[in-house]
Amino acid sequence: MKHLKAPEETTVVIAMSGGVDSSVAAALMVERGYQCIGIMMRLWAETGAGEGSMNKCCSVESMADARQVADQLGIPFYLINVEQPFKQNVVDFFIEGYSAGLTPNPCLACNRHIRFDYLLNYARKLGADYLVTGHHARTRRLDTGEIQLLKAVDERKDQSYVLSVMGQAELRDVLFPVGDFTKPVIRQMAAQWGLPIASKHDSMDLCFIADDDYRRFLQDWASHAMQPGPIVDRAGNVLGEHAGLPSYTIGQRKGLGIGGVGVPLFVLELDSTRNTLVVGRKEELGRTQLLAHHVNWTGDAAVAAGFAAQCKIRYRAQPVDCRLYPAPPDADETTVAVHFAEPLYGISPGQGAVFYDGDVCLGGGIIAR
Amino acid sequence: MKPFIYVDHAATTPVRPEVLEAMLPYFSAQYGNPSSTHSAGRKASVALTKARRTVAALLGAADREIIFTSGGTEGANAAIRGIALARRRQTGANRIITSAVEHHAVLHTVQDLATNYGFSATILPVDADGLVQAAEVERAIYADGDSSAPPSSGGPEPTGNPALAGNPALIGNPELAGNNVALVTVMYANNEVGTIQPVAQIGALCRRLGVPFHTDAVQAAATLPLDVDTLPVDALTISGHKIYGPKGVGILYVRSGVPFLPTQTGGAQEDNRRAGTENVPLIVGATKALELITQERDAERPRLRALRDRLIGAVLAELATARLTGSHTQRLDSLASFVINGVDAEALLIRLDLAGIGASSGSACTSGALRPSHVLEAMGIPSGRAAAQLRLSLGRSNTPEQVDYVVEQLVQGCRVAG
Repeated sequence: MKHLKAPEETTVVIAMSGGVDSSVAAALMVERGYQCIGIMMRLWAETGAGEGSMNKCCSVESMADARQVADQLGIPFYLINVEQPFKQNVVDFFIEGYSAGLTPNPCLACNRHIRFDYLLNYARKLGADYLVTGHHARTRRLDTGEIQLLKAVDERKDQSYVLSVMGQAELRDVLFPVGDFTKPVIRQMAAQWGLPIASKHDSMDLCFIADDDYRRFLQDWASHAMQPGPIVDRAGNVLGEHAGLPSYTIGQRKGLGIGGVGVPLFVLELDSTRNTLVVGRKEELGRTQLLAHHVNWTGDAAVAAGFAAQCKIRYRAQPVDCRLYPAPPDADETTVAVHFAEPLYGISPGQGAVFYDGDVCLGGGIIAR
Repeated sequence: MKPFIYVDHAATTPVRPEVLEAMLPYFSAQYGNPSSTHSAGRKASVALTKARRTVAALLGAADREIIFTSGGTEGANAAIRGIALARRRQTGANRIITSAVEHHAVLHTVQDLATNYGFSATILPVDADGLVQAAEVERAIYADGDSSAPPSSGGPEPTGNPALAGNPALIGNPELAGNNVALVTVMYANNEVGTIQPVAQIGALCRRLGVPFHTDAVQAAATLPLDVDTLPVDALTISGHKIYGPKGVGILYVRSGVPFLPTQTGGAQEDNRRAGTENVPLIVGATKALELITQERDAERPRLRALRDRLIGAVLAELATARLTGSHTQRLDSLASFVINGVDAEALLIRLDLAGIGASSGSACTSGALRPSHVLEAMGIPSGRAAAQLRLSLGRSNTPEQVDYVVEQLVQGCRVAG
């Protein structure tokens, strides 16, 4: 049982980014006596997009920062090339999602396929017992041996939403040392240890897009998905023209360019097969149900039908009370129907629906409808 | 701490203590600028002259044929650009012939001259061993030489007179087939696979056809003779840090009479061929390094060769999926290179480093970019994620015990780095 091994006999790979969280994670592991190896992933970035054309998660400066932190901590540090798997599993997924009228979350894809698959396996290949990341989340080992994924102590910084793709096989081999501390404490530790305390962009959701302009990116990489088309209401009345479906998100009210209707109109649906943007009144937007597919459970098993939980429908959304109905009729094992007591506005297919039981992240899936 | 075993001497070498000692006085004590009139300048100037004479004697060259540079890359740039531009001005020659396995310092320079300066480049193919055939060079020289007939199987009659064959005055002779070729540049030995090119043959051919010939001898310098009396080259590039000298200094040999335009201007240093205050301490260091490597070369070569063969033998015996790349016979004594199928080079190099072994995959890479080797590609050998390129380059510090440890760790590393 490796969780009983002494730190001195335990090898960990630390995913380093040059930022404050992963630097403190590395320092904590070194201080606790683990055998540490620092690794930074070189991810795919647009070429010729200016600014050195580097992915923002691994710019030349971040690489230099991470390398310097590793040197300061006296641990080996390596840069590994993950451009191809990242392009295939994250960037292409992002493009395909938008092309299909979804609002995809590339961080979920990255954690599922890159961090806790490619990188985790890489760490295992190097003989490591654990992969350590600077994510704000915690884990707890139950007496049964099951590992629970918990929200971070600092709930405002909590990243369990994007970690909901992890199962027991991953959670057993991963440690999140900074999740036990609030951000100010982490900054304090960084300052004490003389580590870089500059927090890079807190959110690097679109790390592979050089200028943060995903519309420009899609225009360049998937122009077929950025064609203008009609804006209609539920009755089929044409109200205007949209600039390409990926420019809109469900629940959006501003920037539709269709004034003078008398009532505020909201985006209800991105119909990619007809390249049509469907709008309607607020009461048409509200939904008391969603269907999530590709659902992953962080624990050993799915919850029982009717389980009372909370659900987050976006990274930054507040958790809302709900009941979970795994494997509803006419759907497969990995689909979950989520019922809400009150209508929710802005349920966007492609985003993650992540389930909680208090502090425990139960898992999550991708919103299908 | 594990002891560190360094088997990456093709990337760089440690500065020898004797070299360091020779350099030290020229940083703070003898700090003069060789161009100054005063006594400090004179001391520096004398040191520089001594260094130039020593290097010239070691290479069998004349003092004025030695240009000190900032390293191999600058040397290759200065030689290729300097000769090609001068040749074009002199005779209108605008073709440059090189090989597909050159170091990027050469290849990218030739490509730059072709793309941006109106030259036409011929990149010669190599065989599966990475060898450039002299016959290919000859064919390329004739390829555009419209007035001369292509050579018969034996080629044009050699002059038969070694003195004449060694006479660069032939360069620029409009009667010769090579008149529209500005330069041939082929490396002495390859940095990734260690194949030694037939530079004597290629050089002799270039002489005969009136084409200047430059060789990048950066990798060859540690183990191969560099005597330009016997080596028919018109220009030759050496780097200090590959022969236990410091980084940031190189030696460029340019034969007297070979057309050459300086590419770095702004001073009369180096006989008006390389402007800029001479880096006296590093030049002294490179000179000392060349002196020592030349003295010890004959004794060190068989030792390195025995280590290399021990390494190659063991790797091929222990790893069924490993294949030796490069020529088996025409190979640097210090270098063993493999492609190992089913193994990821990146993970393997990390595992080796964690075991205290410094090795490399082909040439050094700064940014973590993963590119298939242009050398292996030219040799028709697939490499990449599913086939690790591994280069082990030996040097003065290595022992048979170290070689055995490297093999042991390599075998272990390959087992898991798939």
